[in-house]
Amino acid sequence: MDNAKAAKTREPLFHIVKRTDIPFWKGWLIRIAAVLAALVVCGIIIVALTGKNPFEMYQYMFEGSFKTERKFWKMLQDLAMLLCVALAVTPAFKMRFWNIGAEGQVLIGGLGAAICMKLLGDDGAQLSNELLLPITILTAVVFGAIWGVIPAIFKANWNTNETLFTLMMNYIATFLVAYFLVIWVPSGSSSLGKQKYGKLPVIGNDYLLIILIVLALTIGLYIYLNYTKHGYEISVVGESVRTARYIGINEGKVIIRTMILSGALCGLAGYLIAAGLDQTVTTESAGGQGFTGIMVAWLGKFNPLAMMLTAGLIQVLNQGAGQISQDFDVSGALPSVITGIILFFIIGSEFFINYEVHFRGHGGKRGKEGVK
Amino acid sequence: MEKIPAIRFENITKAFGTKVVANKNVTMDIEKGEIMALLGENGSGKTTLMNMLSGIYRQDEGQIYIDGKEVQITSPKDAYELGIGMIHQHFKLVDVFTAIENIAMGMDKKETGSNKEIAEKVREICDKYGFDVDPKKKVYNMTVSEKQTLEIVKTLYRGANILILDEPTAVLTPQETEKLFSVIRNMKADGKSIIIITHKLHEVLAISDRVAILRKGEYIGTVLTPEASVQSLTDMMVGEKVELDIERPDIEYKEKRISVSHLTCLDKYGVKALDDVTFDAYGGEILGIAGISGSGQKQLLEAIAGLQRCEKGSSIVYYDTSNNIESELVGLTVSEIKKLGVSLAFVPEDRLGMGLVGSMGMSDNMMLRSYKKGHSIFTDRKTPRDLAIKVRDELEVKTPGVTTPVRKLSGGNVQKVLVGREIATEPTVMMAAYAVRGLDINTSYTIYRLLNEQKKKGVAVIYVGEDLDVLLALCDRIAVLCGGKLNGIVDGRTATKEEVGLMMTHLQDAAVNNEQEEQANG
Ligand SMILES: Nc1ncnc2c1ncn2[C@@H]1O[C@H](COP(=O)(O)OP(=O)(O)O)[C@@H](O)[C@H]1O
Ligand SMILES: [Mg+2]
Repeated sequence: MDNAKAAKTREPLFHIVKRTDIPFWKGWLIRIAAVLAALVVCGIIIVALTGKNPFEMYQYMFEGSFKTERKFWKMLQDLAMLLCVALAVTPAFKMRFWNIGAEGQVLIGGLGAAICMKLLGDDGAQLSNELLLPITILTAVVFGAIWGVIPAIFKANWNTNETLFTLMMNYIATFLVAYFLVIWVPSGSSSLGKQKYGKLPVIGNDYLLIILIVLALTIGLYIYLNYTKHGYEISVVGESVRTARYIGINEGKVIIRTMILSGALCGLAGYLIAAGLDQTVTTESAGGQGFTGIMVAWLGKFNPLAMMLTAGLIQVLNQGAGQISQDFDVSGALPSVITGIILFFIIGSEFFINYEVHFRGHGGKRGKEGVK
Repeated sequence: MEKIPAIRFENITKAFGTKVVANKNVTMDIEKGEIMALLGENGSGKTTLMNMLSGIYRQDEGQIYIDGKEVQITSPKDAYELGIGMIHQHFKLVDVFTAIENIAMGMDKKETGSNKEIAEKVREICDKYGFDVDPKKKVYNMTVSEKQTLEIVKTLYRGANILILDEPTAVLTPQETEKLFSVIRNMKADGKSIIIITHKLHEVLAISDRVAILRKGEYIGTVLTPEASVQSLTDMMVGEKVELDIERPDIEYKEKRISVSHLTCLDKYGVKALDDVTFDAYGGEILGIAGISGSGQKQLLEAIAGLQRCEKGSSIVYYDTSNNIESELVGLTVSEIKKLGVSLAFVPEDRLGMGLVGSMGMSDNMMLRSYKKGHSIFTDRKTPRDLAIKVRDELEVKTPGVTTPVRKLSGGNVQKVLVGREIATEPTVMMAAYAVRGLDINTSYTIYRLLNEQKKKGVAVIYVGEDLDVLLALCDRIAVLCGGKLNGIVDGRTATKEEVGLMMTHLQDAAVNNEQEEQANG
């Protein structure tokens, strides 16, 4: 065999090395650089496709969330709702329990709230508001918890696949809501209309209470996951079931307990939507947040504090995209393309946080992410 | 004229991050047709150096020469083209593929020809060097040794002239090791250059022509094997004189701590893994468990720990002499056993998969044993952190910090973390399975010393081992398992290696008779 033939004689242009440690600030510098790079790429695409001024478009995108006070509050509130669902799925995902049934758990929580509002309010059992409010909340939370714990029980006892199971539960939830709507609104418009009783109270302005509730939840969950015995057990079960058994953790118990929590939080999100935002329930009440929430949680590495940022990012992008398609005469797909590119760069930046690129001739010097 | 070496490393430096320098200015040669042993403590940079040769890593500085020519190895493919093949510590085979499919994987059909042609060529290689490969067998049906053979044949098939074997014998039985060595010698006779990494010094002395030694990433020197001894190699490796005698302190007062009787367990296929095993373990002694791997050692320890279901009639009694309590452990879970006040330390064979959580730091791993303490819903993080620091300092665990994920530590340091944590629980029974597997000689002796300390404190130590020399030097008594049956217990001070070796493979008459009786009764 002629080895010399195959041998490369020049040192390669660059090679890639896994990083072992990276300073905190450097990680964030890379992420910010990624967003800027994404904006440049989007700008080029916008000019090439539409001939419009990209800066103007970015300005509108920004204004979609920040122009008026009302828009800003609305953005914060939507952010809070998205974050709420993301928080709800986090304990399960940290345990490596792939709960993609948040959508159904939120919806069923909303249904629970709607049932109370419709049947126990002045139109029905005529409970006083002081009584109706807690009952509504409790029902929503319990409904969500039940929806979450069913797949967990099956997983713990018979090791069923939770991904399929939770996904299927979504469809059941949707059709349950549809069923109730048909009963309540026989006319066939299948729209329940706004409920007057048992609404989420208002403090300050229309948006504030939801925001405060979710803020409290974020801090609470952060503490729960990082500083409590339950939180520690979740991490151990998630990382290695065999280690959990070895140490005497009953993993079935942990799975069930955690999914009750996860489902209950989804139920609470459902309550906030049905009794707060919409004051009614439809089959679309969850609106895909159960899936977007998973993305938020994952991007935030299941750290509730970091998830505030990722939820904010996704919310601002979505709202901005909506604004562009409203104000510009562009294809409806363009805003999605822009959102996609920005997310792609942010996720891609994780590569440069985990790896570094060395260039020829620089010896041991670090090639920064100039290659982007 | 000076001979041209097969491989020459020149001033090779490789760092991971800013803290770890795995190789520092390494300059060394490997001749054509020699067997070179590469020796060094855990974490001294052996694997890293070899990975640069096989294209997995790229050096930060320095050059590699093959047959006198400077080469740039940027990928495993480059390495293959240069005739370099490496057998890694962790095999890189596809489980659902057959032997042949694995061999030809990633190669051009035009190059390899039909499956029949591949099989033909594989047969040629096997005949030439004395391998045994069943071409149609799927990898998931193979034993570790068969997988390893397949890896070697695969690299030879691809025309390797230089073979690197990274701790190939760590997973082999003595017989399998002997077989491996005979093919290595055949390859050498065929003019191939072989680099072998192993921590077992008697193997180094038996197989190699020269020994190269690395210490903390630096090249220390090369010695001719005939001029080396276990002691001289150890001293070079460690950098100072090391005491190479395993202690066996005599303890006067022993008390019965655990009484196992008629223990029968099934493995996951429902076959008896342990069959009617009966013995006692005493505080103040080390009870060795010998047997070829898979003779029921795992089930035995896990049964005592409360992790293994036991069949009817089994009994494991724990004697708490200070409180005069006897407790039956069979049927209890891990946490129930703990609640009884039984302080059981267990160092399992699978350190990162069972004993520790790889992604957590030392500190959080210490917490595994202690987090449940107290009534607060919050975890106490300070005590485990202090313990982590104590273990790190006392056992000299090399880690960037107590929060660095333990999976990033080298094998010896991982084991120190695990053993340190288990000892800190102040156990009355301590079980350890293959506690020195893959560990360098210095760390191994640290582990023996720790076990002896426990014994002196009156702990009942149960030690599952594979190296008979060590078992015979360390243990007071040795229980020999053979196919799930207890084949007798011998005195570690008087028994011979041959005696134990025979008991591992041949059931004694008594045990055989028992079986026949049972069959007659059943
Ligand atoms: N991929 C890696 N990332 C970070 N550090 C590493 C990596 N591989 C090895 N190291 C470190 O480099 C040193 C040498 O490791 P290694 O070459 O595996 O040693 P050996 O094979 O001699 O036991 C150790 O300190 C180890 O922790
Ligand atoms: Mg190694």
